[in-house]
Amino acid sequence: MKRTTYRGVLAAAVGTALLAGCGGSGDGGSADGDRTVTLVTHESFLVSDDVLDRFTEETGYEVRLIKSGDAGVAVNKAILSAGNPEGDVLFGVDNTMLSKALEADVFTPHRAEGLDRVPQEVRLDPEQHRVTPIDTGEVCVNYDRAYFADRGVEPPQTLRDLTDPAYKDLLVVQNPATSSPGLAFLLATVGAFGEAGWRDYWEDLKANGVLRTEGWEQAYNDHFSASAAGRDGDRPLVVSYASSPPAEVYYGTEDNPGQAPTGVATGTCFQQTEFAGLLDGAANPEGGKALLDFMLSPAFQEDIPLNMFVRPVREDAELPEVFTRYGAEVPEPHRVAPEKIDAHRERWIEQWSSLMR
Amino acid sequence: MAVPVAFFALFFGYPVAAIVARGLRPDGQWDLGHAREVLTDPVTAQVVGFTVGQAAASTALTLALALPGAYVFARFDFPGKRLLRAVVTVPFVLPTVVVGSAFLALLGRDGLLDEAWGVRLDTSLWAILLAHVFFNYAVVVRTVGGLWGQLDPGQEEAARMLGASRLAAWRRVTLPALAPAVAAAALMVFLFTFTSFGVIEVLGGARYVTLEVEIYRQTAHFLDLPTAAVLTCLQFAAVTALLAVHARTVRRREGALRLVDAGRTARRPRGAAQWTLLGSQLVLIAGLLLLPLAVLVERSLAGPDGYGLDFYRALAAAPDAASGFAVAPLAAVGTSLRYAAVATLIAVVVGGLAAAALTRRAGRLVRGFDALLMLPLGTSAVTVGFGFLIALDEPPLDLRSAWLLVPLAQALVGVPFVVRTMLPVLRAVDERLREAAAVLGASPLRAWREVDLPMVRRALAVAAGFAFAVSLGEFGATVFIARGDEPTLPVAVTQFLGRAGELNYGQAMALSTILMLVCAASLLALECVRTHRAGEF
Repeated sequence: MKRTTYRGVLAAAVGTALLAGCGGSGDGGSADGDRTVTLVTHESFLVSDDVLDRFTEETGYEVRLIKSGDAGVAVNKAILSAGNPEGDVLFGVDNTMLSKALEADVFTPHRAEGLDRVPQEVRLDPEQHRVTPIDTGEVCVNYDRAYFADRGVEPPQTLRDLTDPAYKDLLVVQNPATSSPGLAFLLATVGAFGEAGWRDYWEDLKANGVLRTEGWEQAYNDHFSASAAGRDGDRPLVVSYASSPPAEVYYGTEDNPGQAPTGVATGTCFQQTEFAGLLDGAANPEGGKALLDFMLSPAFQEDIPLNMFVRPVREDAELPEVFTRYGAEVPEPHRVAPEKIDAHRERWIEQWSSLMR
Repeated sequence: MAVPVAFFALFFGYPVAAIVARGLRPDGQWDLGHAREVLTDPVTAQVVGFTVGQAAASTALTLALALPGAYVFARFDFPGKRLLRAVVTVPFVLPTVVVGSAFLALLGRDGLLDEAWGVRLDTSLWAILLAHVFFNYAVVVRTVGGLWGQLDPGQEEAARMLGASRLAAWRRVTLPALAPAVAAAALMVFLFTFTSFGVIEVLGGARYVTLEVEIYRQTAHFLDLPTAAVLTCLQFAAVTALLAVHARTVRRREGALRLVDAGRTARRPRGAAQWTLLGSQLVLIAGLLLLPLAVLVERSLAGPDGYGLDFYRALAAAPDAASGFAVAPLAAVGTSLRYAAVATLIAVVVGGLAAAALTRRAGRLVRGFDALLMLPLGTSAVTVGFGFLIALDEPPLDLRSAWLLVPLAQALVGVPFVVRTMLPVLRAVDERLREAAAVLGASPLRAWREVDLPMVRRALAVAAGFAFAVSLGEFGATVFIARGDEPTLPVAVTQFLGRAGELNYGQAMALSTILMLVCAASLLALECVRTHRAGEF
């Protein structure tokens, strides 16, 4: 009899904890707060507090952030919860996943203010405006300047250079099955050599001693000889971002170096553009639209580079000096159409996996 | 028993069933043709084979290296024992990305082994196996060592007196008593390594794939729910079979034991053999567990101008764009502690009730429930995370963006520890003691308070500590569950690691070191509680 009491108390404790949790979610939930707009995004999303404060001042909406997983996880979660979304706006779908998200009908069209200032080539849903481009950047092979300077060897510039015996056993890449830059690099080779030719190219890369890792962290931090942790690294060439050299300077310890410790092989790049869209079934569609407009405004756009290390899409947005001085111009990045990526992604990855086995 | 059953039904059974059903019945129709396709695919067989093989090898290696350690911690007294016992548990909470980095530094090119003997293990299976030992050493030492310390050495001595050889006495007296604890430890290690994810990803170099990794890829990246559902069922089947075997072996051996105060069974080692044993274990701990930890600490201090606290100062700096975080990273410490406290509370309440129910009742149903409680350990975090998303999405249970979901998911992993810690202790309590108390006129509550509680209280504290540590280091479910802009420590560490630049890497190492210290401090506090009797851990 008394044992029941003891259990009852514990049961009550659990119940209270649960209720507290539900109450907590209710307070912040967008369902009952029409002055709150909820932005669903991935773990890498960062924005300065004062920029969000400015949005609240201008529109009266408070932004609530919901982050989970990487870009792939965030998009797939939006597809799973289509029609009953976790928030109002999704940010973080990129051109490698765009078709999949559009096919799943997760977005409601909205033509954001300021779209006229965005170059045509990154507007990938030009008729319906279900998604709005927000930022863009490239995935490219980075090289260790000191390594090549010490040996008097020119660093590689193109994809074809990487199969040159002069660069044998120097490159480290990521698994496209699990890594976003890894997938982007695979797509760069598809864009450059076509659906028929990319596998031959990878055979050559393999023969030239390419090293694979699972994620960017292992490739860059543990193997790349120019990264801070890679002091013991054995690879002076790594697949990373065009913005990695500015990041090395910005998060480096030397003030105003003459040049970044790393360089970009500009012929090896694949363009990645990130989009945002109003989620179908959003609790606060008006707030969501206001947020999309704001994300294309100069205030938000100019906040992007030093937080997420990608470039704003707006032509008139000013870049910080660390980007203009240490960043690389990539005149002709390789491209593959989103529909094509969506139709073949899994098969390409499977083919890559069995080829590299 | 109602509370734990409801808890598991709502926060584990329902979400996981929902996501699996979504995969198996894509259009409201059972699609079993696809299941056959996946199951007969030679790649699936290969993945299953590797998963089972590496888990078995890792478990065997961990037991071989850690059982002598369990003996050393149980029977010997030496200075710094408490501290060391807390420190060997620290690996358990570290994010695998960080540990992987340390292992590569030791085992890879120009690593310690390479410089000393020209040996590189970073591309071999050995790196994975050693990392598994690194993570699971504490599980064996605490599970087996805890019970070993409480076994009455008098019984073994009596056997010797009656003419049994040292080996025979150990085999006939000690081993049978220890068997349930060894089996429990082996089970936990096997489950952990069977579902290994981070270690395989970081050290496998994209060549090795476990079922867990494959489920993650199919779910998170390809959103191929049908394939993921089949693989999840396969993993469930394997884990269930394992649990059934375990339950069978343990049930035959379990019985009331004469437990004594652990403090009285330990003494200073005597003779060359015992000193050698102690010394070899200390060397092993230093090389395998402390060295990788030391690498992280060293890197957190190694600034551009020699050693210093630069990276720690950067962590403490006010949040601004330059810090790269909307929240000061040190705030992650607070977030982690808060989540861990709530998760521990839930795990102890649910696990405690479950353990109490399991001791009192017998029968097939109850045993099935015992096994069910272990299932979360054998379930992919992404399955649970996506299950939450599609199952808990309607009022009154729209918990998708409630912060409570994170500690709830962490508690799912903590409960098995609480149950496994408390069950052996509760079962080892001689039923006749309770009966004697009743005969002497004690009410059931009083009997429980006077007989069970003194033993359970410490086991409870130990269980709580483990649940706390597990939740502190939990990464998988935390990432997949939507959260506000408040990273936990492991999440913040991986965010730093994911960005280029020396400051980011240094801060990742500094934050890892802080995570280690927080964990060691809480476990050390626990050591002070477990002065007399404790359960498995």
